[in-house]
Amino acid sequence: MSQTDQTRNEQTDRSNRRVAVACVAFFASMVGMAYAAVPLYEMFCQITGYGGTTQRVEQYSQTVLDRDIKVRFDANVSGGLPWDFKPVSRDVTLKIGETTQVSYSAKNTFSQPTSGRASFNVTPQMAGAYFMKVECFCFTDTELQPGEDMDMPVVFYVDPEIVNVPELKNIGTITLSYTFFPLDHAKPLESAAAPAGTNSNTDADTEFGG
Amino acid sequence: MAGAAAHDAHDDHKPTGWTRWVYSTNHKDIGTLYLIFAIIAGIIGGFLSVMMRWELAEPGIQIFHGLASIVYGYEGDAAIDGGKHMFNVFTTGHALIMIFFMVMPALIGGFANWMVPIMIGAPDMAFPRMNNISFWLLPPAFILLLISMFMPSAPGAYGVGGGWTIYPPLSTSGQPGPAMDFAILSLHIAGASSILGAINFITTIFNMRAPGMTLHKMPLFAWSVLITAFLLLLSLPVLAGAITMLLTDRNFGTAFFDPAGGGDPILFQHLFWFFGHPEVYILILPGFGIVSHIVSTFSRKPIFGYLGMAYAMVAIGAVGFVVWAHHMYTTGLSLDTQRYFVFATMVIAVPTGVKIFSWIATMWGGSISMRTPMLWAIGFIFLFTVGGVTGVQLANAGLDRALHDTYYVVAHFHYVLSLGAVFAIFAGWYYWFPKMFGYMYSPFIARTHFWVTFIGVNLIFFPQHFLGLAGMPRRYIDYPDAYAGWNLVSSYGSYISAVGVLIFLYGVFEAFSKKREAGANPWGEGATTLEWQLPSPPPYHQWEQLPKIK
Repeated sequence: MSQTDQTRNEQTDRSNRRVAVACVAFFASMVGMAYAAVPLYEMFCQITGYGGTTQRVEQYSQTVLDRDIKVRFDANVSGGLPWDFKPVSRDVTLKIGETTQVSYSAKNTFSQPTSGRASFNVTPQMAGAYFMKVECFCFTDTELQPGEDMDMPVVFYVDPEIVNVPELKNIGTITLSYTFFPLDHAKPLESAAAPAGTNSNTDADTEFGG
Repeated sequence: MAGAAAHDAHDDHKPTGWTRWVYSTNHKDIGTLYLIFAIIAGIIGGFLSVMMRWELAEPGIQIFHGLASIVYGYEGDAAIDGGKHMFNVFTTGHALIMIFFMVMPALIGGFANWMVPIMIGAPDMAFPRMNNISFWLLPPAFILLLISMFMPSAPGAYGVGGGWTIYPPLSTSGQPGPAMDFAILSLHIAGASSILGAINFITTIFNMRAPGMTLHKMPLFAWSVLITAFLLLLSLPVLAGAITMLLTDRNFGTAFFDPAGGGDPILFQHLFWFFGHPEVYILILPGFGIVSHIVSTFSRKPIFGYLGMAYAMVAIGAVGFVVWAHHMYTTGLSLDTQRYFVFATMVIAVPTGVKIFSWIATMWGGSISMRTPMLWAIGFIFLFTVGGVTGVQLANAGLDRALHDTYYVVAHFHYVLSLGAVFAIFAGWYYWFPKMFGYMYSPFIARTHFWVTFIGVNLIFFPQHFLGLAGMPRRYIDYPDAYAGWNLVSSYGSYISAVGVLIFLYGVFEAFSKKREAGANPWGEGATTLEWQLPSPPPYHQWEQLPKIK
């Protein structure tokens, strides 16, 4: 093998390594992008109301239209949280742009303190961008003592801009839905024990995979 | 001997026995390993599909309760529910096996490993040891997936039954057992294998082309593999990220996809399809490359519109990344978003049309010889076009709303993949078999294989269009009596295709036992790419004196 061949080989090796390193860096940045998608997606939802994400505002609406819209209220409790959670009134009819206060009530029916966190959205999902909440109990952790009753107010209005959106201008009803999820660290014993009864997998099986 | 260029006495010795294969750093040996692996995985994945068709031959539950009690030991009524879940496990397993362990290993690991270095005039891949690990990561990944089928998943059930899309919450809180963790780990490892392979191909094609082999003179198969490698590098990390999030959601208390912690399950669908849509082009692009070579060889003409063909593939790859939400029309996208995705999706029909018409233009006025690979290639063009047309239909959000998750979709993607990609694989197999192994197969058996498969797969999937239009949803073990007729036809089709697989295996056995010498170039003057200048099978080390490219 001649001298020139050897230098050529070394050059190829070096440039091979360069391409491979570039590829690996690219791979790593794409994994990073996948994770970056999580906060970006959340931001995107908040800005565009995607998935029925409602908007937070400080001020009331400047204009009120002479057109009625009905807002229905839906309440759910998930995953064995022993709460009695319901809206005080099922629905309310208001003018578009008018600010209204409604409330939900939650009661802990368990014998120990339990806590939960509410998540929410509106349907039709596109209406999320026009559903303005001035005050709400969103994503705050709430603890209820045994038998304790709590009133949870929501102050909101429907943005008058909604009548300019082709998909939404003819809708008469928006549904606001809240779901309370149990907080993991305060899961009541009851719900932790419940799956074991219905689950034919032994605990050893489920722990096996992590 | 012909390939004197490659035959320096001291260099052509090969390691012997099992070390030749297990320690192999030779692209041809690794390619052969990939092909063997793909055949085995294809048989297992095909077995799963035939069982599903057997079950669906008639309304009601025929065999899966029995299977479930044999395999998992259910007793009494539990066997019915266990059988239902087992059917879902079969659909999931069939998809994952066929995608990750059959089509990808065959096209990328098998044919590309074998042919790309030879075609571009390189002595081997850029990183031969990495090539070895790429292959040897696959069997453990496959074994993990097979193990997952026997692991507890949902309460009282075994195996991952959430579909290959593994959407949460069914893949998180819905199936808490370890089966899903096994499947996720399997995908991680298979993904690592593909990423290493992709890096290897990109480096090889960029750096190791023979002097004079510019990118614009490179054979189309090498082009297709280069683009596929880029798609892999861009899309697989996103899948890896998404399934890692699934894994931590399941086991380490994160809430990426869990609304209880502020996450959103729809995010997973976006991430998944950002990978999933390019993935279907990863499956088909190498097939495009193979078909281009075959059509040109057996028409005795250079491919029509070479540059157009190459850049059509680039365009398909690029546009393929901005159409993912057409899998998600029913998840509440705004009308404007849907309009965009409809438009972008239909744009892909343009470069695809360029390819189809260029193949036809290549044949036009050519001196066509209908040898076995050409038969498969023309079968590919026809079937892929049928699948492409239904694809353009499904791109329309308005229509998709009615057809989403019906058998119409199943028929569509099997026409482009099961019939498209698989026909391309068989076309490549019959085209390169004499080159790779030095023996000629029996054309009669190969043609019988073609016709039996062609009739079989069309009988399976064409009636599924009717079932889908009639509203039959996919991924169910049972259906109303009204769907019985075409389901029976479809099931017969699958039995016929299974016979086709047996004919294929017999053909391979026959070729190796008869040992008909193929010669360096059995296809005549139409076969112009570099691999036909080497003897068959090619020497263990080729191009020690680099070929001169005109």
